[in-house]
Amino acid sequence: MTIDVKMAWRNIWRNPRRSILTISAIAFSSLLLVFMLSFQFGSYETMINTSVKIHIGHLQVQADEYLDKKTIGLVVPNPAAVAAVLETIPQVEAYTFRGQTFSLVSSKQRTCGAVVTGIDPRREAQVSRLKKLVRQGRFLSEKDRAQALIGKLLARNLRLGLGDELTVLGQARDGSIAATVVTIKGIYSSSIDEFDRSAIQIPLKTFQTVYAMNDAVHEVVIIAKSLSDVAGIKRSIESKLLALENQKPLRTLDWQELMPGLRQGIEMDLISGMIFYFLLILVVAFSILNTFLMAIFERTKEFGVMMAIGTTPGRLTKVLLIESMTLTVIGIISGILLGSMMTLYFQSRGIDFSGASDLLSQFGISGRMYPKLTMLSAISGPMAVWAITFLAALYPALKVRRMRPVDAMRAV
Amino acid sequence: MNIVECTDVNKTYQQGQVQIVALKDVSFCIETGAFVALAGPSGSGKTTLLNLIGGLDSADSGDITVDGNPFGQMSQSQLAKLRLYMVGFVFQAYNLIPVRSAAENVEFVMLLQRIPVSERKQRARAILDEVGLGGKYDRRPAQLSGGQQQRVAVARAIVSNPSIVLADEPTANLDSKTGKGLLEIMKKMNLEKQITFIFSTHDKMVMDYARRLILLQDGRLADDRVK
Repeated sequence: MTIDVKMAWRNIWRNPRRSILTISAIAFSSLLLVFMLSFQFGSYETMINTSVKIHIGHLQVQADEYLDKKTIGLVVPNPAAVAAVLETIPQVEAYTFRGQTFSLVSSKQRTCGAVVTGIDPRREAQVSRLKKLVRQGRFLSEKDRAQALIGKLLARNLRLGLGDELTVLGQARDGSIAATVVTIKGIYSSSIDEFDRSAIQIPLKTFQTVYAMNDAVHEVVIIAKSLSDVAGIKRSIESKLLALENQKPLRTLDWQELMPGLRQGIEMDLISGMIFYFLLILVVAFSILNTFLMAIFERTKEFGVMMAIGTTPGRLTKVLLIESMTLTVIGIISGILLGSMMTLYFQSRGIDFSGASDLLSQFGISGRMYPKLTMLSAISGPMAVWAITFLAALYPALKVRRMRPVDAMRAV
Repeated sequence: MNIVECTDVNKTYQQGQVQIVALKDVSFCIETGAFVALAGPSGSGKTTLLNLIGGLDSADSGDITVDGNPFGQMSQSQLAKLRLYMVGFVFQAYNLIPVRSAAENVEFVMLLQRIPVSERKQRARAILDEVGLGGKYDRRPAQLSGGQQQRVAVARAIVSNPSIVLADEPTANLDSKTGKGLLEIMKKMNLEKQITFIFSTHDKMVMDYARRLILLQDGRLADDRVK
């Protein structure tokens, strides 16, 4: 241990109560930052994964401009070729095809507009949670042709029950009238009102026949093995789709482009969180600044004596910075350890948010939230504390550098 | 050979709206191994002159050299290093580091000089023995009397064999018996180790011990005599 470190260590413990309080403030803020950031990141991942698995998917391959125009004519003409590309990407967990258009749906009593989606029952069950969301009746099977699933709210609005017939009337891809009658096989409830109020699902084959789609689809929906794989998969698909010959322009969209509302919500939450964290760190910085200014005022005469007997101002500055950084590092390491332990505890047990179930249900989340400890959530907050406390400690340390021994020794 | 040379040294302090002339055109030399008292009434500029010779303060004009080192051209860091190896200080208020023991206060200078720990400890104890504080190595300043604290300060000042020791009214806070004992110690160090001692004082006993007396009056050199 160098002389400077020894001197700094000794100075820290001259006033143990004050040092422990300072370390505690730093540790507490670091603990809070580790836990809060882990909670935020964990809840974002839960929201994203839950939302994408209800319907949207992590990624979709669509015809260019389909997302904006939703025109029935903008199709993926050869889904088998896209499937062949997806089969070569190991990070892809599952994928499915969907046809989708807006039509009128009528029961005996009522008529309203709805999004009619053609789904591949077998693949859909691997990609989305739709099968698990069926509350009455059963999910579609591969043999079904004139059966449909309907959202709970739409069923209520149309006064439909299981086994009732529903007339679908729309425009086919070739401009002809698309019409069919389907029987309600299952009623689902996703807790996302918009989805439950405005959509029915029919078998993809039926959809392609009724809407003159031939083999074309509107969306190839992809689920990644992990959220962190999404960007890599997107790059792979984009590069491989370019290599396909005679292909009409296709576009690969990730969940952020497909659900801009969710992305914006996360960004808003992150920004408000950052403001809170910044204020928290600022309070800690002022606490550190106060501690060190106090230490300097108390020891001004001593600094004067030390300079008089041969200590250089640079060395005093160095010792003071070592003191502040030692306090900070002890506080930060304690905070990271305690914060990580607390996060891991709640990561396995979850935190009950049943009081906010209405809000959370918009994102398809049940009443429990799970923080997720990552390297980023464990390190980034405490590193910000370290940086700001370093700046806070720099001012008093540099103040010592400008001291003249004769003035310092006159201090009371 | 002169260890201290002061030429036309001036120093003025600003106290509110008033300018106080602390030193006015002071010039003198002090030879190596001297035992000198800077005497004069309060406010005559003794402490200011001592601080300037020690490089703790800077003169407004004039030149000060200690062992050939011109203070006017040196940075704070260079002055600190010079003090570390060449100058020892004894202050009126002792100015020991309160959280360090007597031995640790003495060791501190050697610590800065990067002297190995075993040698540091051995030399600190030896010098404390020499100033009559054997067995009180581990006592903190608050556990020592004023005279004992001043002896620790003397031990700290001379432990690294400096060329010069500057003592600012070293006996001012001590009774006459303790003060005399301290002066005996310093005189012994002066004779045995050839360390130059410069005191600021208005204590007659210190003046009697000094072999040379420089008298200051209102910041000017009023008298300079060798006894």
